[in-house]
Amino acid sequence: MLGLNKQDTRLLLLVVILTMAAPFILNPFPEGSAMAQFNAGYPDLMQRFVIFGIFAIGFNILFGLTGYLSFGHAAFLGIGSYAAMWMFKVLGMNVLPALALSVIMSGIFAVFIGYISLRRSGIYFSILTLAFAMMSYSLAYSVLATDMDGPDKQGLLQKGLTGGETGLQLTLQDPRILGQQTTAEGNIPVPSLFGLEMRSAAELNVGDWVFTFSAGYYFAAFVMLLSFYLSIRIFRSPFGLVLKSIKSNQQRLNYTGMNPKPYMLAAFVISGMYAGLAGGLMASMDPLAGPERMFWTASGEVVLMTILGGVGTLIGPVLGAGAIKYMENILSKINSDILHTWFAFLPDGLEDFVVAIIYPFIGKGWHLTLGIIFMLVVIFLPGGLVQGGQKIAGMFRGKKAADEKADGKTTPAE
Amino acid sequence: MGILEVKNVGKRFGGLQALSDVNLSIAERSVHAIIGPNGAGKSTLLNCLVGKLIPDTGSVMFDGQSVLGRKPHEINQMGISRVFQTPEIFGDLSVLENMMIPCFAKRDGAFELNAISNVLSQKDVVERAEHMLEEMNMADKRHMTSSSMSRGDKRRLEIGMCLSQEPRLLLLDEPTAGMARADTNNTIDLLKQISEERDITIAIIEHDMHVVFSLSQRITVLAQGTPLVEDTPDNIKGHPKVREAYLGETQTAA
Ligand SMILES: Nc1ncnc2c1ncn2[C@@H]1O[C@H](COP(=O)(O)OP(=O)(O)O)[C@@H](O)[C@H]1O
Ligand SMILES: [Mg+2]
Repeated sequence: MLGLNKQDTRLLLLVVILTMAAPFILNPFPEGSAMAQFNAGYPDLMQRFVIFGIFAIGFNILFGLTGYLSFGHAAFLGIGSYAAMWMFKVLGMNVLPALALSVIMSGIFAVFIGYISLRRSGIYFSILTLAFAMMSYSLAYSVLATDMDGPDKQGLLQKGLTGGETGLQLTLQDPRILGQQTTAEGNIPVPSLFGLEMRSAAELNVGDWVFTFSAGYYFAAFVMLLSFYLSIRIFRSPFGLVLKSIKSNQQRLNYTGMNPKPYMLAAFVISGMYAGLAGGLMASMDPLAGPERMFWTASGEVVLMTILGGVGTLIGPVLGAGAIKYMENILSKINSDILHTWFAFLPDGLEDFVVAIIYPFIGKGWHLTLGIIFMLVVIFLPGGLVQGGQKIAGMFRGKKAADEKADGKTTPAE
Repeated sequence: MGILEVKNVGKRFGGLQALSDVNLSIAERSVHAIIGPNGAGKSTLLNCLVGKLIPDTGSVMFDGQSVLGRKPHEINQMGISRVFQTPEIFGDLSVLENMMIPCFAKRDGAFELNAISNVLSQKDVVERAEHMLEEMNMADKRHMTSSSMSRGDKRRLEIGMCLSQEPRLLLLDEPTAGMARADTNNTIDLLKQISEERDITIAIIEHDMHVVFSLSQRITVLAQGTPLVEDTPDNIKGHPKVREAYLGETQTAA
């Protein structure tokens, strides 16, 4: 179906079903119950799942297929966000032109950054990409944030191209030449798809359960599915095969009459455009773009997502993105009061002891938990969560079935 | 004039003159061996032919065109394929995928952005790769990960990958080094068959005298970076200078 083989089609269908049913799947606990804080089915978080999924899918096209580790991909995320914001300011609140500009601008920057960074390989390539991302960050933070209007004017460029530390925001004065400048109530309009507001949502009450269906989530999920489908096609294409051969033995490829440089650059630009698309979607869900989106920790995060999920696998990056965003948003909300209510059944002394042990790993300490999980995965499951899934499936279905699955669905590129 | 003309090539590494005044002419459709003791400069010479090294002096002409200053992939696209001393294949990929890469290179050139269509839908390339695997007697291994094969099979695959591009000149750097006798004989037979059946020129660097004498029509002896003599295998065997410089100690072993 759709030019995919059976196993890839099955994987795509599975992802379609999971994303479409996510508001149910991610909200398994009834509202008001003790477990309700583990519910992840609220629009803001679900949007982040799919948007970072796109970011990681794109990153995996570069890192998973060619083995080149970019440590500066957040630059494209930021560029995508700023580009979308400028479309909202100048043209109107429709998300489609905004996303188009996000992809185009990040692509242009990726050609430039990739062309220079790809002159080196290995650690030097990573350092060059990191340097470019940090330059982009400081450009956004200060250099491009100076008043470009002239001190006596209050125009579009009053806070420069990026808005500096506070970020780029929409204002009532933005021209929005193709859309409405202000709403009927005199507010700033919100991003929408031909009138369908991204922030609009419908709620469904079933007993004690509340399920939220957000327009923004479904739009972002649709874009993610398209991106995912495209990445399967790339993985299975002659281009994808050449990228894998670069990772395997670049010397042999050179002496086989292919020039690895343009292949690498194409992979870099494609993955930069994925990142730009993710950045544009972020701005579409919440119209604000700040420089911290380009900070090196954001670049590191997508590396973690990809490795955690499974480098070079199709679905791994999406899983990794989901796992990290879940921990970031759910674990970090748990505080010591909540722990005390959970362990209230224990004798007092023991309760305090257990809470004291767990406490460093929750709330602000969620990074600690992430670090431990990451270490465990890298040491015991070098193929990431996907390998873990395959092992579990293998235990259920016997070894043979697991091997079959390993050849098809989620063949690691290594 | 030969298909490959090497004139006055010199190459220096720091204080070491690895090649000096190398002149070599390889006739079309011949098998030409280059022999010489370790460190004689054989690999250095070969690297100068394929764009890995650029000689300090002299010229290298392939079919009337200079190869100097061209990148390895450009030289390959001119029609020169190279087999490495230790087999260089795409270890992570399947045998069939290994064979498809050179077929894509042959069909599409140095770069082609073909990112949407499925590899297996490229019927011409798949057929060509499958056909080549059959010729190499490797069709049954097509879905194996290539790194898991024996050294002899890796060598066979690498030679097959080179041949699938239909090169006019095939360069081999000690293709049987480190191989068991059986694998060595297989490789000799394969190369013999190739040179008889195909419109191809073969230049082979070899240490193993058995291989050299059973394959080649002409032999160049390289010693300390300069050609000592060039002649037919029979004449080389009896050449006093060669015996002294090189064969004396290895003939008993071979
Ligand atoms: N890249 C290099 N840098 C410095 N010296 C080299 C390099 N390559 C080869 N040499 C030296 O050049 C000489 C010839 O080497 P090589 O061509 O590999 O010999 P052969 O293949 O005939 O055994 C040797 O002394 C070797 O150490
Ligand atoms: Mg050598």
